[in-house]
Amino acid sequence: MNKKRNTVIAALLLLAALALILILERILPPTHIALAVLKKGCIYSLVAVSMNLLNGFTGLFSLGQAGFMLIGAYTYAVLTIPAADRGSVYMYYGGGIIHFSVPVIVGLLAAGLLAALFAWLIGLPVLRLKSDYLAIATLGFAEIIRAFFQWDELGVITNGSNMLRKYPSFSTTLYPFIVSAVCIGIMVLIINSSYGRAFKAIRDDEIAAEAMGINLAKHKRMAFCISSFFAGIGGALLAMYQTSIQAATFRSSMTYEILLIVVIGGLGSVTGSCIASFLFIASSEWWLRFLDTEMTIGNFHVPLLRAGFRKVVFSVIIMAIVLFARNGIMGNREFSINGIFRFFKNPGKKKEVKQ
Amino acid sequence: MLKVNDLKVNYGGIEAVKGISFEVPEKSIITLIGANGAGKSTTLRSIVSLVKPASGTIEFLGEDITGKDTNEIVSRGITLVPEGRKIFPDLTVLENLKIGAYTRKDDLTDDLNWVYDLFPRLKERHWQAGGTLSGGEQQMLAVARALMSRPKLIMMDEPSLGLAPLIVKGIFDIIKEIHKQGVTILLIEQNANMALQAADMAYVMETGKITMQGSGKELLEDEAIKTAYLGKKKTTLG
Repeated sequence: MNKKRNTVIAALLLLAALALILILERILPPTHIALAVLKKGCIYSLVAVSMNLLNGFTGLFSLGQAGFMLIGAYTYAVLTIPAADRGSVYMYYGGGIIHFSVPVIVGLLAAGLLAALFAWLIGLPVLRLKSDYLAIATLGFAEIIRAFFQWDELGVITNGSNMLRKYPSFSTTLYPFIVSAVCIGIMVLIINSSYGRAFKAIRDDEIAAEAMGINLAKHKRMAFCISSFFAGIGGALLAMYQTSIQAATFRSSMTYEILLIVVIGGLGSVTGSCIASFLFIASSEWWLRFLDTEMTIGNFHVPLLRAGFRKVVFSVIIMAIVLFARNGIMGNREFSINGIFRFFKNPGKKKEVKQ
Repeated sequence: MLKVNDLKVNYGGIEAVKGISFEVPEKSIITLIGANGAGKSTTLRSIVSLVKPASGTIEFLGEDITGKDTNEIVSRGITLVPEGRKIFPDLTVLENLKIGAYTRKDDLTDDLNWVYDLFPRLKERHWQAGGTLSGGEQQMLAVARALMSRPKLIMMDEPSLGLAPLIVKGIFDIIKEIHKQGVTILLIEQNANMALQAADMAYVMETGKITMQGSGKELLEDEAIKTAYLGKKKTTLG
């Protein structure tokens, strides 16, 4: 019964978010920064949750996220550029060798699938490594992929180091919202299934998990592929959001940004990752922008404010979080409706659950 | 039920088990006792293939299971309760139990009721994270988790390690209760006294070899065992 109530309330919350987006799109000018933040926040939520699935739930410390996003973004862009526009996009490569284009939804799925395929291949050798070694190997992979996609010989497909553009993108915020919500929903279902339990068991204690009959290699590979699949879709969405892409966008600093979001939100918390994504994007793109412009109040010239100061403040905030709030916003708990009910029923003191 | 024949296992670069043979008949309690580093844990770990044996054979219910995948061995009915309990600290008690049944795909309601009957404490705390339980409760959880795979043979690695004497007694009561319900038990212990009292048959391991065997009672009476493992001094004349 409780479960049913929660589902109903969750559905209502989603509808409310949808309605809010629709209203904002009506009243705000289409170029308003809030809409850009919402779009990018949705995309980053998806990518952050996919990284959390691997780093927070399965305990595999991987830094290859930007690489898989790049694969997804390129797959989507390469496959969906309309045949008529290929001549102008691939102007240095004689129009490229692909002369067809697929529907958007097929492009998105292909983006995920190709990223997952790469993850599977990379996973064969790399997932034997533990902790830091795995991180270094996946980071290296992401860098190699970035260089590989800019390779001149591959230009007929990837357009070398030139931009890919003119592929279909979205104009409304609803699009990334719905795609991300569906993908995150699928990941939550996976996390709550018996596979998800096995992932968490591996995170908690590998040896015990193996002794319980969990096939470590198989489950790690599965988590790696699922995570990469959704990172690939996230990459494709990011490509759509930016309307043009270049391999150089997907630097390792992007992986660190996502890792930060995951840590700030809380390793092992899906809702934490989502909340942190929106906070992070809003802060970096909007709320802290004022730090970058010089300001004079009356005759007083506010010190320190100048281009680049935003990054300084940002770094300090991040250091403070890592030093003093290591569990992040949510720890490994989830934002739940029951939690709110408990909070309001029993204000002031933490309630001990007794049966 | 389980036949180990001339088993040799290398572990951490040394030959930890140097050719041992023993047998666990159906519905018995068999114990391996011996000092730290005698190779007891390695033996158990190699039976479920967490460590691959170097040579020798392991037979279970008449079939050779040497070096098969752990998940296959678990689904054939052998479960290990690892040393130091190794419960999953961030998972709830219920989730821990469900992981125990991971190799099974059928309905778990009956089994949950069964282990909750054996360990009422776990039922009270089923929503609590495993890591917040006390040492004794964690050991109960480790045993209950192993039972969830519906094992024919349950192997316990030092279940009394680090527990207060009263709790140790409770754990052994539970071992006897599980045995009564038809599960075969292979137990390794440093707490030789308790183990020998419970065991039908006991083997003594020293530096990778079995040096002595006999019924639990025989070994309890044995002078050498008394001195080495039971902490009783030889009575000297004069």
